Amino acid sequence: MSVLLRLFGVMLPAASVFRKLILITLLLGSHSAIADESIVLQSTTSTANSGLYDYLLPLFQKNTGITVKVVAVGTGQAIKNAENCDGDVLLVHATQSELNFVAEGYGVERFDLMFNDFIIVGPATDPANIKELTDVVPALQRIAGVNALFASRGDDSGTHKKETALWHSAGVPIKEASGKWYRETGSGMGATLNIAVGMNAYALTDRASWISFGNKGNFEILLEGDDALYNQYGVIGVSASACPNINEHDGQLFVDWLLSPEGQAAIASYRVDSQQLFFPNASSN
Amino acid sequence: MQESESALFLAFQLVMAGDADLLEIVGLSLRVSVTAVLLSCAIGLPVGALVASQRFRGRSLVILLMNALMGLPPVVIGLLVYLQLSASGPFGWLQWLYTPTAMILAQTLLVAPIVAALSRQVLEDLHDEYSEYFDSLCLSAWSRVSTLLVDARYSLLTVSLAGFGRAIAEVGAVMIVGGNINHYTRVMTTSIALETSKGDLPMALGLGIVLLMIALIVNALVMTLRSSAERFAYA
Repeated sequence: MSVLLRLFGVMLPAASVFRKLILITLLLGSHSAIADESIVLQSTTSTANSGLYDYLLPLFQKNTGITVKVVAVGTGQAIKNAENCDGDVLLVHATQSELNFVAEGYGVERFDLMFNDFIIVGPATDPANIKELTDVVPALQRIAGVNALFASRGDDSGTHKKETALWHSAGVPIKEASGKWYRETGSGMGATLNIAVGMNAYALTDRASWISFGNKGNFEILLEGDDALYNQYGVIGVSASACPNINEHDGQLFVDWLLSPEGQAAIASYRVDSQQLFFPNASSN
Repeated sequence: MQESESALFLAFQLVMAGDADLLEIVGLSLRVSVTAVLLSCAIGLPVGALVASQRFRGRSLVILLMNALMGLPPVVIGLLVYLQLSASGPFGWLQWLYTPTAMILAQTLLVAPIVAALSRQVLEDLHDEYSEYFDSLCLSAWSRVSTLLVDARYSLLTVSLAGFGRAIAEVGAVMIVGGNINHYTRVMTTSIALETSKGDLPMALGLGIVLLMIALIVNALVMTLRSSAERFAYA
């Protein structure tokens, strides 16, 4: 305290004040630069927001001593970041983009990791009356037919890519409807769900994000179970020949662990509200 | 409105429980923002004082630029810093991306223009008062700068608080360059954004209330320091 009093209270030459400022700064800024084993996982948001990593990563760390740092962004941004060599492992859900990522030499190999499904949620009043349907394409056509509000991610994420493909199958020109009944939020799944609940709009979401979402309001699942709503997650180790700076060895250890019987069993045993969120299917590789 | 009530309750509960995760997040927020503000002062105050006390060509342009930089959106700074620190960028070899260091760098770039621009204004007013006195003593540029900085120290403290407010409250820059990594680069504002995206609005608001309390405590501490320093100086 007395040092600080002197610092501010007594006339000191400014130069000395600055020396002190810099000294304090260096002390505060120097964080322990211990070279502990760690990798960066560029991930989609649903796996992080649903708490899956909080459950899986301690198990992996206990086995290997490797810390996994999760950067959770949309699938599009995650792939972009990994292409910039800013991650060691990529875990997203847009199979075609993942295959491109490997084909362009950024990834070692792509593996099926687990799956769940997409669902359409909306207000319980269901203005487009889609609840009686079982297929997603006619449901989207009904939503478009009555100009019911629909909240889209609009952010090039895996969910957004899926949704765009479904609109395409339904033959609905969403570009023309953008800003009218079709609202592109340009944000993550949670933010989009918040917006959808706020304006009573339908939305396409992965089931894991929905189950773990805390602000459901009067919203319900209105359509589920169509095979077209299948949601496959893939995992890829970033290749050291494309990105010499990355930690390919530890990254591959993580990929291998996720695909191993132990990792797959861990994924299967993760539950929120006693519901299983992700269904491992690495055996299909 | 139920949310606001449960948020207040949650905020109270979080603080009372002294939750280890919360302490870690608060600690990192303070470390990053305080460091960034100190660095910004080390850069911004001399720049502000120099521009205030010197007359040179293009001075008004420099002032215009400094004032305009105060309005830079954090997310733009975040993006610029990301592109520099990315492994594919020119400073990738530093390996600062997704570390607290990157967050300090981004916030420093955000706050330094604010400190420079505001201190320039404060010091220029003081300089107008002192300039004849300076001229009569034939003071060097450095002596002018240091005299101005020392005599205006209390006002400059407020300037640094304005910078601190900007740093501790921003989310766009630290989200991009820090990555919001749990137990490593997660700070108050990115936690609030995360809880909002999980739809856990009471928790998000609760954390917001904790952030507000921290800002209050920091400001109160600085005010106390300032008044006791004044008493000490004039005793």
